[in-house]
Amino acid sequence: MAKFLALAEYEKPMAAGGYRPLPYRFMPLSGDRYVLTNLVGEFVITERESLRVFADGQLSYQDELYSELKSKHFLIDGDSDVALDLLAIKVRTKLSPLANFTGLHIFVVTLRCEHSCPYCQVSRANDDRREFDMTRETALRSLDLVFRSPSPAIKIEFQGGESLLNLDLVEFIIEEAKRRNEHEQRDLAFVLATNLAVLDDRVLALAARHQVLISTSLDGPADLHNKNRPRPGGDSHARAIAGIHRARMALGRDQVGALMTTTAASLSRVRDIIDEYITQDFDGIFLRPLSPYGFAVKTKSYAAYNETKWLDFYFEGLDYIIDLNLGGFPFVEHYAAMILQKMLTPFQPGYVDLMSPAGIGIGAVVYNYDGDVYASDEARMLAEMGDTRFRIGNVHANTYEEIFLGDALLDPLEQSFAASVPMCSWCAFEPWCGSDPVFHHATQGDFVGKKPLSAFCGRNMMIFKGLLQRLNDRPQVREVFERWANIR
Amino acid sequence: MITLGSRKIDFAAGQEIDPRAIVRVSTDYHRPLPLRAREAFLVRGDDAPAGFASYLVLPNGRCPDNVAAQRRVHLPPEFEYLDDGDVVRLVPERGEIRTLYRRSSPHNSFLLTERCNNYCLMCSQPPRDVNDGWIVDEILATIPLIDPDTGEIGFTGGEPTLLGGRFFELVQACKSYLPRTALHILTNGRTFSDDAFARTLGSLQHHDLMLGIPIYADLPHVHDYIVQADGAFDETIRGILNLKRHGVRVEVRVVLHKQTVTRLPALAAFLARNLLFVDHVALMGLEMMGFTRANLDALWIDPDDYRSELTEAIGILDRARMRVSLYNAQLCLTDQRIWRFAKRSISDWKQEYMPECEGCIMKGDCGGFFASAKHRYSDRISPIAA
Repeated sequence: MAKFLALAEYEKPMAAGGYRPLPYRFMPLSGDRYVLTNLVGEFVITERESLRVFADGQLSYQDELYSELKSKHFLIDGDSDVALDLLAIKVRTKLSPLANFTGLHIFVVTLRCEHSCPYCQVSRANDDRREFDMTRETALRSLDLVFRSPSPAIKIEFQGGESLLNLDLVEFIIEEAKRRNEHEQRDLAFVLATNLAVLDDRVLALAARHQVLISTSLDGPADLHNKNRPRPGGDSHARAIAGIHRARMALGRDQVGALMTTTAASLSRVRDIIDEYITQDFDGIFLRPLSPYGFAVKTKSYAAYNETKWLDFYFEGLDYIIDLNLGGFPFVEHYAAMILQKMLTPFQPGYVDLMSPAGIGIGAVVYNYDGDVYASDEARMLAEMGDTRFRIGNVHANTYEEIFLGDALLDPLEQSFAASVPMCSWCAFEPWCGSDPVFHHATQGDFVGKKPLSAFCGRNMMIFKGLLQRLNDRPQVREVFERWANIR
Repeated sequence: MITLGSRKIDFAAGQEIDPRAIVRVSTDYHRPLPLRAREAFLVRGDDAPAGFASYLVLPNGRCPDNVAAQRRVHLPPEFEYLDDGDVVRLVPERGEIRTLYRRSSPHNSFLLTERCNNYCLMCSQPPRDVNDGWIVDEILATIPLIDPDTGEIGFTGGEPTLLGGRFFELVQACKSYLPRTALHILTNGRTFSDDAFARTLGSLQHHDLMLGIPIYADLPHVHDYIVQADGAFDETIRGILNLKRHGVRVEVRVVLHKQTVTRLPALAAFLARNLLFVDHVALMGLEMMGFTRANLDALWIDPDDYRSELTEAIGILDRARMRVSLYNAQLCLTDQRIWRFAKRSISDWKQEYMPECEGCIMKGDCGGFFASAKHRYSDRISPIAA
């Protein structure tokens, strides 16, 4: 039928005249391969020569790479410009969580603890002195600040020390927050971080009454866990496992989460650790690096292993978990899942250690037992080492504006914004990465740091490359990753 | 396949029937008299109550003497399916009866206009540039006669939004007269690239509205080629963005044929990344109607040959947590891992199975074929054994 036009007719605007690249960055992978990323973290993997042709403006519209780059908004041409509208929406979507401001509010209700973990960054061995407990006055002033946050969702997390050792205050804060929320109407949630060793029925009743999530520590199988986490009686693991079961029974299976800490002793045990999480019926694990703060540095446990060893540990664990998934058993590595959400979806996860602008203060904030306000959990650990650079105020002495709009918070936020930082601003991984001014201040003495010397940068670069390689090489792995990326 | 319309009806005796009547069909012997005066009684047996505007006499029916011969219409056997609550159009001067609404069917759809600003290679309802505004009046007259307990009705075309303001009149009528009925509208979405048009539809606040809008490719020029309209892709995308901005639900529809299947996974990834907020994605087998037959060489591909692309595309959409359905697909040509997305969606009046389906244990779950598929269907159809 003559009245139908051929495909070539619709290609004419492309054939007629070139294309305009949209903002993109690139980075070599292995061998000849390069990854290109656009403004919102969509990516294309290609050969070096193809990249050169594209960058030179010489790529033909008939090239398969042209179609992929156009579909993923790396270029526009005379045929269509709706890509700009879509890209703008995607940028807005990625940045939209910022408008909510602080959502996670951490209350350090006591520094006292009955464990004496060498890697612990903050706690004090158990004693009966109350000078390390938060007072009701401090809690009330802190709650004033919590509800000044514009965030429609407010999560209050209780930490220690061992938070259960000041349960009266936990209960007081929950009831007071709920009372205030009758007017505020926020989406209010509570998390109780506890080692579960001193769990009792009163705690469970409180948690059940207020839908409190339990977050506990599980470092691996009993021998490893007990070595990492000494307490009188040496029964930390047994108490944690018993506590997990009791808490699940009382509150619901999914109301209990666990986090592991990696130590030198963990490095050869990643499968054992993962198997322990499977044994205890968790849906996934967060393979965490050890942070360089607090006792961890003093006791040399941080220096006891370097980043390369940790990366070997991480990828051995990741590949083991991937194989479990390929065999039909769904299990998630949560750090990868967060990065994959950035890579494969329009969304931006709210993980405070990997966002830019940094998550300090605006993603999460810490109200310490003594009323000092810290820009992050790591910031108060740094303070315990004598560096109070990220103490952004005190609930008794400062107003909300002084704390959240003061230079102590805004300077590190502005200076560390990854899109404008040397080496980050031209890094292809910037859309997936974040900035961590606390880490760089602690290790290099300024908020930005020199990236080639940064363990934060080196570690994340390797993880980005490792994830890219795995999803690019095997379609089945890509399917697993797509599932992880969409856990919301 | 059932017959919805005929122009071979003998109205010779029916002088008292309105020249262009939209009437509700009744089988109720106790229908209140005021209503009988504007309804048609369906005569299946030996008697009929007096006072109806007309009498539709099926082959086995016999009108008693109390019914004036001038109000009788004798219907051929293919209209046996008519029943109480259905709505028909009677046009005596053309010898025409047309079923506009069947109360027992889940697939009642109204063609709003034959005009269209796309000219799709596979259009099953080829557009005509005619002045057909009378259709709107007819549908506005029909809507109040529809059973308000009807689950869903559809608007189709042509391109319904070319009616401009009258399009909103129709949506408003559905909202007002059918407050429990879902409304599904097939549109190419281009008109909604005008934000004011999208805002007006949103402001009607219809209680259960879904717009089915086609996107055939992730590459604009391929979509434009398939719909034979330069610039259509950009307008359709902007239309969807405007509709969602104003709270109107949108379903993306993709017809599966040779021009769409190659980049189907790329299209799925594009939808998951850019239009994750749409409410449903429907992937649909090709219907052998209208322009499809003329463009068969450019369009036909055996579904068995796009199995892997289809499975991959559905997987991408599903893992992104989008709602996905597969329409008009035969299970024996589809990977079992995506069977759970397959729906029996072909309108009951045009759904069929082929001789090769004989003995298939999955027949009851299979979407089957459009009646038009006899023109061309896969030669790899085979019954699934237990």
